[in-house]
Amino acid sequence: MNSTVFAPWEDPEQKPLIRFQNVTKKFGSFTAIDNLSLDIYEREFFALLGPSGCGKTTMMRMLAGFENPTSGQIELSGRNIVPVPPNKRAVNMMFQSYALFPHLTIWENIAFGLKREGKDKETIATRVHEMLRLTRLERFAKRKPHQISGGQRQRVALARSLAKAPTLLLLDEPLGALDAKLRQDTQFELMDIQEKTGTTFVIVTHDQEEAMTVASRVAVMDEGKLMQVATPDRIYETPNSVYVADFIGDVNIIEGRARFLEEGQYEIDWAEGQQALHAATSAKFDNGQTCYMAIRPEKITITADKPEAADNCVQGKIHDIAYLGNLSTYHVELPNGTIIKAQTANTRRIARRSFTWEDQVWLSWTATAGVMLAR
Amino acid sequence: MRRFALIALPYAWLLALFLVPFLIVVKISLSDVALSIPPYFPQFSWEEGIGAFLAELDFENFVFLTQDSLYWKAYLSSLFIALVSTALTLMIGYPVAYGMARAPEEWRPTLMMLIILPFWTSFLIRVYAWMGILSQEGFLNQFLLWTGIISTPLTILNTNTAVYIGIVYTYLPFMVLPIYAALDRLDGSLIEAAEDLGCSRLSAFWLVTVPMSRNGIIAGCFLVFIPALGEFVIPSLLGGSGTLMIGKVLWEEFFSNRDWPVASAVAVVLLLILIIPIVLFQRNQQRASEADQ
Repeated sequence: MNSTVFAPWEDPEQKPLIRFQNVTKKFGSFTAIDNLSLDIYEREFFALLGPSGCGKTTMMRMLAGFENPTSGQIELSGRNIVPVPPNKRAVNMMFQSYALFPHLTIWENIAFGLKREGKDKETIATRVHEMLRLTRLERFAKRKPHQISGGQRQRVALARSLAKAPTLLLLDEPLGALDAKLRQDTQFELMDIQEKTGTTFVIVTHDQEEAMTVASRVAVMDEGKLMQVATPDRIYETPNSVYVADFIGDVNIIEGRARFLEEGQYEIDWAEGQQALHAATSAKFDNGQTCYMAIRPEKITITADKPEAADNCVQGKIHDIAYLGNLSTYHVELPNGTIIKAQTANTRRIARRSFTWEDQVWLSWTATAGVMLAR
Repeated sequence: MRRFALIALPYAWLLALFLVPFLIVVKISLSDVALSIPPYFPQFSWEEGIGAFLAELDFENFVFLTQDSLYWKAYLSSLFIALVSTALTLMIGYPVAYGMARAPEEWRPTLMMLIILPFWTSFLIRVYAWMGILSQEGFLNQFLLWTGIISTPLTILNTNTAVYIGIVYTYLPFMVLPIYAALDRLDGSLIEAAEDLGCSRLSAFWLVTVPMSRNGIIAGCFLVFIPALGEFVIPSLLGGSGTLMIGKVLWEEFFSNRDWPVASAVAVVLLLILIIPIVLFQRNQQRASEADQ
């Protein structure tokens, strides 16, 4: 492994900044977090990703100190922080609603945390100015929160939570209230700021694209459990379960039975009268074991004629076309009724498109394009 | 046209039952001193015309108010009592409103009901009930004697203390409701943000909760202060001979002394004094509704 790549989680020598140890959180009879352990390292941009109600917000609130785990312990820099109240933690949070104080100006909002520390006026003024510059808000210092736009409010919230230079910054759906275009720009801005300040960021989001864009590692959560914790590319390319594959991006899931071919090679019998699929995997499957083939639409080639020398090849007719501008997704119906999605880049103008509805086409992909999953 | 009719109705009501009587009071206050029943001199007659009528009006009753120390002492004492009771009501009302706003969602309608419940009984009856509680042989004294805290009954009724108790009790809902409305709308994440940024619970309360409920506090204070200033029933039933309030003086002037011209002058001055807080209150309400937008 190249040593310049930022990957402290690969290095057993590294001490994690945050360590969840067998943390369980119950609200009455409802288990929000179920015996969960997780390490997050310094300078990471860590994303907690999952559908609403999966427990990701509870994780964040426990880090901030607004909730206490029912059992288990949370360490920050090697110290158990469970008994520490929120105002005594070196952790700051950017709230989903931004929670800007409406009765204070932008300047006073950013200075709020610094004033509580009892810093002298000059230090505060310097730091606030620094934050205003970092978030390009100098012109709005004297305004009240209701006098600026949503995007600006978002930046004020960020500046306020960064002002105290916390060891750990928590971001709760930080871009949820912004429109799509602004959200994209802000994602890159967040990454820039994270790099500049060197702060560890933990972001909670339900937007998988956002998590993939900003994070160094992503934890996919479901029902209080971690499904997979890995870098965005690994989450996308080698999901460890159907749940993760399905949650991140678009995917075709084909259920079948595994049949051993040779070391690392399996055939999947998936439908009567269909040729078995061929897949390469390092995982072990028993003969006849139920398995799932997860294949991304963009990894499937769509052609009019039967391709030669393809590992996997099926014929079907085009049922639907989703035109996305830069891409088109073809929904191809196989003779047995299964629908497979295949995606191609629209490199030619739409009038020159090769396929249209009801065309008979061939779909093909290599043995390594898909992922064979046991669950 | 229909909209005009809709507006005209309440205005006609106000005109007939507030403005016209008020103008009559103003006229009487400018009339000659007379310990008698109306009519008072000067009287308007068509033969002499409006000019002669106006020329006869003068401010002698108002001048009299400044000469007798009873009146300005009563005004000052009323102001003092109203201010103190407003402060007391705020001190009791704020925690009540805060508790209500912090109570579980399903409890709030019940708590709200309990605040409004006293209005279902006549105000006068409730004040009489306080006489039963506060008197020498009243429930309070009996209870305190029974517990052994005191050995001789306390004199509460017919003192200023009883007036404060009465005013605070009567006007508490007017303090609680606007503050509750402000606290109810308060976004809980603001308090969390304050704590996250290093505030203790207490400093988060002073730095965020109190400023955020400012409009409710101001509205509540005016709603208590304005009626308390002119209060008549409570001081005359619960207060003693030493309790000096302008509302009581006004009543005595009208019904015991039968000096309507002076009484009218007292009423006009009281109204002028009340206009200041009313205008300030209106301004606060307007600013609050602007901030909401």
